[in-house]
Amino acid sequence: MATLQLSGISKSFGAVAALTEVDLSVDAGQVVAIVGDNGAGKSTLVKVLSGVYAPDAGTIGFEGREVTIPGPAAAHRLGIATVFQDLALCENLNVIENLFLGQELGPFRLDDVAMEVRSWELLRQLSAKLPTVRLPVAALSGGQRQTVAIARSLLGDPKIIILDEPTAALGVAQTAEVLNLIDRLRENGHGVIMISHNMADVRAVADQVVVLRLGRNNGVFDARSTSSEQIVAAITGLEDNVVSQRAARVEGADQ
Amino acid sequence: MTAADLSDERLRQATGLRGSASALVDRVRAGELGMVPVVAGLLVICVVLQILNPIFLSSTNLVNLLMECVPVGVIALGIVCVLLVGQIDLSVGSISGLSAAIMAILFVKDGWPAWLAVLVALVAGCAIGVLYAEIFNRVGIPTFVITLAGLLSFLGLQLKALGAIGSVNLPFDSGLVEFAQLKFVPPWLSYVLVLLAAAWLFVVGFLHAAKRRTADLSARSTRFLLIRSGVLAVGLGLAAWYLNRTRGIGWMFVLFVALALILHYALTSTKWGKAVYAVGGNVEAARRAGINVRLVYTSVFAICTTLAAFGGVLGAARLAAANQASGGGDVNLNAIAAAVIGGTSLFGGRGTAFAAVLGVLVIQAISSGLTLLSLDSSYRFFVTGVVLLLAVGVDSLARRTRTSHGRA
Ligand SMILES: Nc1ncnc2c1ncn2[C@@H]1O[C@H](COP(=O)(O)OP(=O)(O)OP(=O)(O)O)[C@@H](O)[C@H]1O
Ligand SMILES: [Mg+2]
Repeated sequence: MATLQLSGISKSFGAVAALTEVDLSVDAGQVVAIVGDNGAGKSTLVKVLSGVYAPDAGTIGFEGREVTIPGPAAAHRLGIATVFQDLALCENLNVIENLFLGQELGPFRLDDVAMEVRSWELLRQLSAKLPTVRLPVAALSGGQRQTVAIARSLLGDPKIIILDEPTAALGVAQTAEVLNLIDRLRENGHGVIMISHNMADVRAVADQVVVLRLGRNNGVFDARSTSSEQIVAAITGLEDNVVSQRAARVEGADQ
Repeated sequence: MTAADLSDERLRQATGLRGSASALVDRVRAGELGMVPVVAGLLVICVVLQILNPIFLSSTNLVNLLMECVPVGVIALGIVCVLLVGQIDLSVGSISGLSAAIMAILFVKDGWPAWLAVLVALVAGCAIGVLYAEIFNRVGIPTFVITLAGLLSFLGLQLKALGAIGSVNLPFDSGLVEFAQLKFVPPWLSYVLVLLAAAWLFVVGFLHAAKRRTADLSARSTRFLLIRSGVLAVGLGLAAWYLNRTRGIGWMFVLFVALALILHYALTSTKWGKAVYAVGGNVEAARRAGINVRLVYTSVFAICTTLAAFGGVLGAARLAAANQASGGGDVNLNAIAAAVIGGTSLFGGRGTAFAAVLGVLVIQAISSGLTLLSLDSSYRFFVTGVVLLLAVGVDSLARRTRTSHGRA
């Protein structure tokens, strides 16, 4: 029984069908990578899962029950945590305030010491390079912000963690750290959905690769036994695509 | 060993007394001006007005000035909340006038007990805020327009309610009027309050620092905390002593300060406060963090209009009358200007409750000083306008500095 089971999810924005009858399932202890070209509908699928958009059609099963996710708070309650592509941080708030936004300790008398201690724990776990957690997020670099957004998703021990291009802005050490973290999350029995354009990262950590193309499922692959070429072919929809042509050209030049 | 939060080698060590001082200088340099410009501005205004008319800084005049600033100050507290979520309420003047009229009519003409009349006026104010927020949440009309409509409608309602009579006088021996005009803190009690405030500041700071040390985080030194409380005690003590040479500190002003402190606590130390700043900073991020954004708007507008109604009641009590001019004229603009002069950003997400206190002191100082010079309201409007422009100018320049220093 999969922890998270989507079937027939559709979502349109006016005339644009961003998602058409998409299926997806994630088990506990499984890392599923969603890949696809720009505009394939990956972020839209993430937003459906995190309660930002309501799907037009389709069902969502969570731990065997059929659920609706009417809002972000509902997703939090179910145990679905998301790192959005645009990070969704408040620039005027500092790192601690952003980490605990909506989940502060001590609603009527904030326990800022406990929150600061926990913040440092989370950030150390990600090898974050932050001089201080009392700076407003506006003062952080792109990668530091991404680390903060990832750290935020780990609060409260979620069952499913969704990472929308989590390593796009990260340095080498931080990228490796995030990939290690994904490994650890899998070992601890979390389900992870990871979106990435980086085939090396995808094949390094994912168990399964789900390809979206123009808002539709275009194949599910086993990450270990499938070559990058096959996945790229599914992403572009062509055996003879710009990526393989380029690869052939470079190879030809080498010889 | 350095504390856990200071271990990054890029962080310049800033501990102890000197550290605290140099951190403050750093922040001001980086455009994190906070209260500095408005305090400086207030000092300049006071010096200039004192030179023009030596009565300005007399004890009698300052006692009066503090009492005068309460009604508008209470309204400005609400405006700060609304500005923090990046919205505006243009109708606070009309709401204060309407609530003054409701209170006066129920109390004087219908013979209700004062507390009940005040309560009804406050509930009416609160209902208006909830109505605004409902319209904003459901229909999405900009609050600028909703509250502009409110400004006109509630002014109409106020005139209609006062109708034929046009004015209702409150009896001078009623508790309300006595509270607003004659009730002053006895001198001994004022010094006790000052000492309590200083002790409280120290105890809270000390416990917090101890807790941080146990958690292996950097903390303020006890020496710094002692000096801070000492400076506060001496400063407030001298002010109290000077005011006590004549009538002293009005209870109404104490009430205003208490309201400001409560709002400050709510904004800085509760989950609700963080939600307010988050909505003002990035609504979409707040929504995705699971914050009920609509509820935040509703609470903020309800607080703003309730405080506006309360300001109206206090204004009527101070004047011992509610009339067609209550809440009219410059009340609206002064309340908004006070919040902005105090350093609340019009773009949301920046500002504190103390902004309203400092801002209203500036406005009231100008008003009082120009009245002493026998200059009519035309000058007052003009000068207040210039000060508002200066204050926002300083804020905008600070914003640029912040951006370049990475604190935007
Ligand atoms: N809020 C929106 N309003 C209208 N159309 C939208 C909206 N969000 C997404 N779309 C459309 O839905 C489609 C899928 O967008 P989505 O953001 O899911 O792509 P993506 O796969 O995440 O792409 P990328 O790799 O660039 O992040 C696009 O055609 C986009 O134009
Ligand atoms: Mg995307």
